[in-house]
Amino acid sequence: MGLKKSLEYISESRLAMIGLALVLFWVVLAVIAPLLPLYDPNTSLEAFKKPLAEAKDGATYWLGTDHKGRDMMSRVIFGAQRVLIWATMATGIAYFFGILMGLVAGYVGGWWDEIISFVSNVLLSFPVIVLYIVIIAYLGATGFNIVLAVTFASAPGIMRIVRGLVLDLKTREYVFAAQSRGESAFFIMLVEILPNARGPLIVDACLRLGYTIITIAMLGYIGLGLPPPDPDWGKMIAETQPLGSFAGHMAIVPAVAISSLVLGFNLLADGLREISLRD
Amino acid sequence: MTDQTPLLECNNLNVAFHTRAGALPAVIDFNLTLMPGDTVGIVGESGCGKTTIALTIMQYLGRNGHVTNGQVLLHGNDLVGLNDSELRCVRGSKIAMVYQEPMSSLNPSMRIGNQLAEVLMCHADLNAQQARTQALEMLSAVRVADPVRMMNAYPHQISGGQQQRAVIAMALLAKPDLLILDEPTTALDVTVEAGIIDLIHEIASTYGTSVIFISHNLGLVRKVCQRVMVMYAGEVVEEGPVDDVFNHMRHPYTRALFAAIPLPGAHKKNRPLIPIRGQLPSTKDQEIGCKFGSRCDFYEASVCGRDQIPLIRLEDNPDQQVRCVRDTKIDWLSSSVDSSVSDDSGPGCPVLEVANLKKHYPIPNDTFGAFIRGGDLRLLKANEDISLVAREGETIAIVGESGCGKSTFAKVLLGLEAATSGQVLFKGKNLSGVGINERSSLTIRDLQMVFQNSFDTLNPSYSIGSQVARVIRKFGIERDAQKIRSHVFQLLDAVKLPREFADRLPRQLSGGQKQRIGIVRAFAGRPSLVVADEPTSALDVSVQASIINLLMDVQREHRTTLIYISHDLSVVRYIADKVVVMYLGHIVEQGTTEQVFAPPYHPYTEALISAVTDDYERRRIVLEGDLPSAINPPTGCPFQTRCPRKIGVICEQEMPPEKNLAGGHTICCHLDNAALDEMASVVSYRTN
Repeated sequence: MGLKKSLEYISESRLAMIGLALVLFWVVLAVIAPLLPLYDPNTSLEAFKKPLAEAKDGATYWLGTDHKGRDMMSRVIFGAQRVLIWATMATGIAYFFGILMGLVAGYVGGWWDEIISFVSNVLLSFPVIVLYIVIIAYLGATGFNIVLAVTFASAPGIMRIVRGLVLDLKTREYVFAAQSRGESAFFIMLVEILPNARGPLIVDACLRLGYTIITIAMLGYIGLGLPPPDPDWGKMIAETQPLGSFAGHMAIVPAVAISSLVLGFNLLADGLREISLRD
Repeated sequence: MTDQTPLLECNNLNVAFHTRAGALPAVIDFNLTLMPGDTVGIVGESGCGKTTIALTIMQYLGRNGHVTNGQVLLHGNDLVGLNDSELRCVRGSKIAMVYQEPMSSLNPSMRIGNQLAEVLMCHADLNAQQARTQALEMLSAVRVADPVRMMNAYPHQISGGQQQRAVIAMALLAKPDLLILDEPTTALDVTVEAGIIDLIHEIASTYGTSVIFISHNLGLVRKVCQRVMVMYAGEVVEEGPVDDVFNHMRHPYTRALFAAIPLPGAHKKNRPLIPIRGQLPSTKDQEIGCKFGSRCDFYEASVCGRDQIPLIRLEDNPDQQVRCVRDTKIDWLSSSVDSSVSDDSGPGCPVLEVANLKKHYPIPNDTFGAFIRGGDLRLLKANEDISLVAREGETIAIVGESGCGKSTFAKVLLGLEAATSGQVLFKGKNLSGVGINERSSLTIRDLQMVFQNSFDTLNPSYSIGSQVARVIRKFGIERDAQKIRSHVFQLLDAVKLPREFADRLPRQLSGGQKQRIGIVRAFAGRPSLVVADEPTSALDVSVQASIINLLMDVQREHRTTLIYISHDLSVVRYIADKVVVMYLGHIVEQGTTEQVFAPPYHPYTEALISAVTDDYERRRIVLEGDLPSAINPPTGCPFQTRCPRKIGVICEQEMPPEKNLAGGHTICCHLDNAALDEMASVVSYRTN
C-alpha cells in the first residue's frame, strides 16, 4: 500500500485520524528537534520559572523551567525523541523474535511448538515489572538493556498472537497449494502466511508501542531509565514530584506528554481495528 | 382451501442497502401473494436477493437495509415500520425462519431441550414442564432418532442432519403461519438432505403452515414447492406453478440455468454443458432495461434495452408470469445445444496405480484411563485398503459423503500426508512413502491439485500475475522475468480471462474467476495427473458449468488424467469415465460410469443415487442414522449400520469380499449374485 492509499484507509475512522494526529505531532517534533530554536535540554538557566515566563535573554520559557533551571519545552521534546527511538527499537526487536517464534511454533508445530510455548509461558508467568527490574538492575540502566528487557517481556505475547494466526492461516488452501508445489517451509511461513497476518499484528504493534512507552517512562520513574543527563519523561516526573505543590507544571508537562503519546497509539490501534472489522 | 384471505402479500417491494458506495438496490419490484398452506420456492444464484427477501419479510434487514417502497402484509397488517416489540410478537410466533447452517442457529452452550422449551415459554406462556413435554412431542414429530436423548444433548453432540431437524422443530413449536427456509439442506450431505426434504414436505400438509423455500437447487424446489419464483439480480424474472415453469420455461435466464446443469443420464460425450457467459451485473450500475441483457443470447438493444421490463402474464397460461419482452418471439423449441463433442481417444496406459493404500491418523488418547494403561493411541482410519488404477486421459470420480476419506486420499497422493501402508505407483515410481519435499520437482509438477474453496485458494496478499508467475518459476518452465510475464498472459488467455487480471488482487475476482486461476496454477506445469477436490462445490450452477467445461478442455488438450472428487452425482455422472464410491474410508463400489449408475448397485450407491434431486422419478431410499465415526468404525461391513439391504449377522462380523462383476465392475457386499441381479434401477427415465 502506498502512502496515499494508507492515508485514505486510515481516514475511514475518526478515532484512527485523531490517534495518528497525536502520534505524528510527537514524531514530527522529535525529528525536527535539533532544528528548533530550543535551549540545550541539559543546561541550567534559571530555576523554577513558570510557563510563559520571560528568559534573561529576552526569549520565553514556553513551558517554564525545572528545579535545576533547565528549559522544560526543550526537555520534553528531546525526551520525546529518546522515548520514541528506544520504544520503536524495543518493540521492533520484540516483534522480530515474537514473529519468528510464533511462525515456527504455529507452522512447524510438534516439539518446536511444545518448547517455544513452554519457554513463553515461563516468561509470561513472571510479573513483567519483576522481569524489568531484574534485568535492568542486574545489567545496568542503558538503552540496550531496556530493549533487552522489553524484548523478553513482549516477545512471548507476540509469539502467542502470531502462533494463533498461523494455526488458522496454515489450513487455508493457498498454503496447501504452496505445499503441493513443493515450496520450502521457510517460503511458506514468510511469503504465504506472514503477509496475511499483518492486519491484527499492525493493530497489536500500535498498542504495544504505547505500552512500551509507558514501560520506559515507568522505568525512568523508578530510577531504572535511560542514563542521565538525557531527558527522560519518567525521570522528569519522579524528580519534580516532591516540588509539585509550588511548581506543578514540572510534573504535569511530562505527564501530559506521556498520556497524549500513549493515547495517540491506543486510538490509532482502536481505529485500525474498527476499520479492519468493517470490511 | 376454504380460507381465501392471503396470509402474506408483498406489494411492489423494493429493498436497498445503504453502503459507503451509496444505496444498492437488492430487491426490485417484488410481488408475492401467499395463501395459507402454499409452498413457494425462490430460486436463483448467490447475490440475486433471495435471502434479502426472507429477511425483509422477517423485518430483520439490519441497520443498513431499508424497504424503499412497497408493503409486506401479514394477515393484512403491514410489517414495514413496526417497532421492535411489535415485531417480537410476529417473529417466532407468526413467522419462523430456518437458516442454512444449523450449527450456528443453535446455542452451543444450551441443551437442545431447553432451547426448544424456551420458545414456548416465551411465545405461548407455558410453564417449564409443559414446554418440555411439547418440545419432546415436536422432536418426535420431526422424527429425530432418539427424542429423549436429543432433549438432553448439546448441539455439538448431534449430527448436522439431526441439528437441522431440531432447528425445524424449534421453528414449528410456536405454530407459525409462515415458515421461511433459507437453503436448509445446503450444508448437509445428500443422503441426509433426502430425509429433511421429506420432512418439509410433510409440514405443509400436517400443520397447514405456508412455506417459503429458498434454494439455489432447482431440483429441490421442484420436489418441495407448488409455485416457483426465479430471481435474477434482485428481480423476479419468471414466476408460476412449478411444473409450468420447469417444463415450459419462458425466460432466457431460466432456460440458461437448466442448460448449465448436468442432467442425469447425460454424459460429456453427447451433451455438453452450456455455461451462462459473463457474470452477474453488480446492482450498483443500475442499467435500464433487462438486467440479464448482457448475458442473454436473444438480446436486442432496441427492445430489451429500454425502460424497466415489467412482469408479464403469459397469454396461453395466465398463471405464469415472465419478465421478458421478447419471450413470444423466441423459438423455445429450437435446441441451442451444440453438436456433440466427439472424443474417441480412449484411455491410454496406466498413469497411477494405487494398491491397498491405508492411511491411519493416530489420535492421542488423553483420557485418564489411557494414561494409567500407558497412553495407547486410538486410530482414525481415514483410508482403508484403497486400490484403483487411473489411465492416461481418463477422468476418475471419487464419490462419497463428507468424512468418507476422499480428501485424505488426495493428500496422500500429493505427498502432503504419508500413507500408513500400501503402494502408490505413479508412472512406475512408488510414491507412497515419499513426502512432497523428497519428490523431484519433475514429479511435483506432474502431479498437481485443484482446490475446493474458491475463496481461499488464492493468497489474498498478492496479485494474480505474481502468484501464477511463482508457479512458473518454481516449476522451472521459464526463468527470464519478461518471458514469465508473457507466459502468464498465455495461461490467462487459455482460461479465457482478460490479461489485465494479472495485476488484480484475488478479492477483485469472482469465485468462478478465482477457480480458473486455481486451474491455471495446477495445469501450468503440464501435469500428467490432476486431482480436483470438489472444484465447483462453492460456485453457482452457471459458473460451475464453465469451470467443468474448462477442466475438460485442458484435460483433453494435454491428455491429463483427472481425479475428480465430488459429492455431486449429477456432475460425476456427466464428467467421469470411471467412478469410485467410498464409504468410511473403504471403496464399496467401482466401475465405469455406466456400470455404477445402473444396477446392480452397492446398497450405498443405490441410496446415493436415489437421493439426487432432479427431474426424474426415483425410488426413495432414505438412510437411517448417521455416518459412524472413523475412529470407532462398525465391525464387519462399514455400511451395515445403515444398510437397508442388510442380510444378517454376516454383515456385522465379516468384511464383505470384493465381488468382480462383468467388465471390471467391483462391488464389496455380502449380497449374492442373484440378489444383485434382481436390483431394479433407482431412476426411471421418463420421456416427455
